[in-house]
Amino acid sequence: MTVLKVKDCGAGTSIQDGGRFGYRRYGVGSAGAVDRIALAVANMLVGNDQGTGAIEFTVMGGSFVVEGGPVRIALAGAVADLRIDGEAVRPLTSATAEPGQTITVGPAKAGTFMVLAVSGGFDLPRDLGSQSFHLRAGLGGVGREPVKAGQVLVVNGAPMGPDLTATVPPRVHAGPFRVVLGPQDDYFTAAGIETLVGQPYVISPQADRMGYRLTGATIEHAKGFNIVSDGIPTGAIQVPGSGEPIVLLADAGTTGGYPKIATMISADLPRFVQNRPGSEVRFEIVSQAAAIVAAREQAAMLAAVLGGLKAIGPAFDPEALLAANLVDGWVDAHGRFDLATGNT
Amino acid sequence: MGLAVRPRFLACGDSAVTIEFGTEIDDGINALCLAFDEALSAAAFPGVVESLPTYRSVFVQVDPLVIDMPAFETRVMELLDGLTTDTKAARRWRIPVVYGGAFGIDLEDVAAAHGITANEVIRRHSERVYRVAMLGFLPGFCYLSGADQSIALPRRTDPRLKTPAGTVSIGGVQALFASVEAPSGWHLLGRTPVRNFMPDRDPVFLVGAGEEVVFQPIDASRWDALDAAAAAGEPVAELVAP
Repeated sequence: MTVLKVKDCGAGTSIQDGGRFGYRRYGVGSAGAVDRIALAVANMLVGNDQGTGAIEFTVMGGSFVVEGGPVRIALAGAVADLRIDGEAVRPLTSATAEPGQTITVGPAKAGTFMVLAVSGGFDLPRDLGSQSFHLRAGLGGVGREPVKAGQVLVVNGAPMGPDLTATVPPRVHAGPFRVVLGPQDDYFTAAGIETLVGQPYVISPQADRMGYRLTGATIEHAKGFNIVSDGIPTGAIQVPGSGEPIVLLADAGTTGGYPKIATMISADLPRFVQNRPGSEVRFEIVSQAAAIVAAREQAAMLAAVLGGLKAIGPAFDPEALLAANLVDGWVDAHGRFDLATGNT
Repeated sequence: MGLAVRPRFLACGDSAVTIEFGTEIDDGINALCLAFDEALSAAAFPGVVESLPTYRSVFVQVDPLVIDMPAFETRVMELLDGLTTDTKAARRWRIPVVYGGAFGIDLEDVAAAHGITANEVIRRHSERVYRVAMLGFLPGFCYLSGADQSIALPRRTDPRLKTPAGTVSIGGVQALFASVEAPSGWHLLGRTPVRNFMPDRDPVFLVGAGEEVVFQPIDASRWDALDAAAAAGEPVAELVAP
């Protein structure tokens, strides 16, 4: 049995997967990794499904001792070092840590959230279908706790085949963060909506997995700031009485009574959450149809990253893999992606 | 018989849509939301991940990689055309509550605000049959309709960062019974030992949306025994005939 013994880690370290769905009607939100691209990429580098449970770190990293057997690991998300016994693992590359070795992650040099995936994922129970830790609900994680020093995390699988590197790096959209107006844009004046997209906002220190409170120009309400509570989507931009927006994230409540002027598109959430307090952000409005197109482009981008994975390591013949790639269509996958997005 | 209500489709980014039937708390609108939610679940439309009925709308989580939004909107209208008024009897739960004192620290203030006694507030709060309009915010939180407006008070201007699990409270025209510790700007009338959410119990949730709730005042001396039973997985809430 392969285990990771947690030597130390930052306070904002927890197990997160692709999210918990099907229980919103009971007040249970999705949780899950806030940077879904990081979760997907870290997982694919170790041969897992993209939504497999992994360790999410918030700025501060952590260190782990491997025992029992080897484990393949990969890090994605914020810019941070991944080391095995002090030796750096190249970015966008998986590596195998042997029993007795120490894995160290971070801290983040830029960005906020890092995801460490292990081959096979962790042998942890699912609460309501998911391993994602949710603090206020007391669900998921390691015995419904965050990842903490002294815990022993059992790894499901041993490494199979060679380590991998991504020849096609993941990409994100640049420019202002795209939002779709609604569900309560009619609770704001035209000037209020203009403020949201015309003015810069700064991420305040009140930023966590529940949401990022922004400071900046006050957004004008048209008819008060109370609504009869309704559903809250991940990425909702809620404007309470103060007039300063809050972007609600994976751990937000499922319903709320403040009007939501707009919703950030899912494709831009991974880049948004990587901003630290003090960062300036801007918004632009797109249609719901354009947002759906962006979500599909992002899925195609991830498919291209997956298709561009290349094996590395002493046991591996790179020429043979290149030939195999051409035969089994991996190169085609990359080509389709370029056609679909029109740029790289 | 079709229903003449035409909902609004409110975009929630690319991964959700709110189908809004009204903007206020209204029993008829809530019943429609609950009935529509049931029909939507049964329809199993491709790309619909899950739905959440609320007081006045149905929030639908979708998979943007799968959903065909125009086809979905058409299907919603078809479902509404075929929807009939729900006539089946709801389950009714009796929820024991210790009112006042340390269990309901705002009871005296609510009484004073309305110029009535604390006992009168308890009477008005516990003599009603509430319908669970929705579950929301945190796991197992029941938002109730049917509150007595003669004891209503606007939410506190200064929300509390922590209120205990089982809090029974009122805020604005709404009433609530909570399941886990949470911040709250509502007025705390009492506390129930009932756990509406216990991840290791079967069922995980006791009371669901569309069901009915009555509150039964109990003496503080009964708290410890009932709380221990609830902690051990007993429902403590009692199903009673409507």
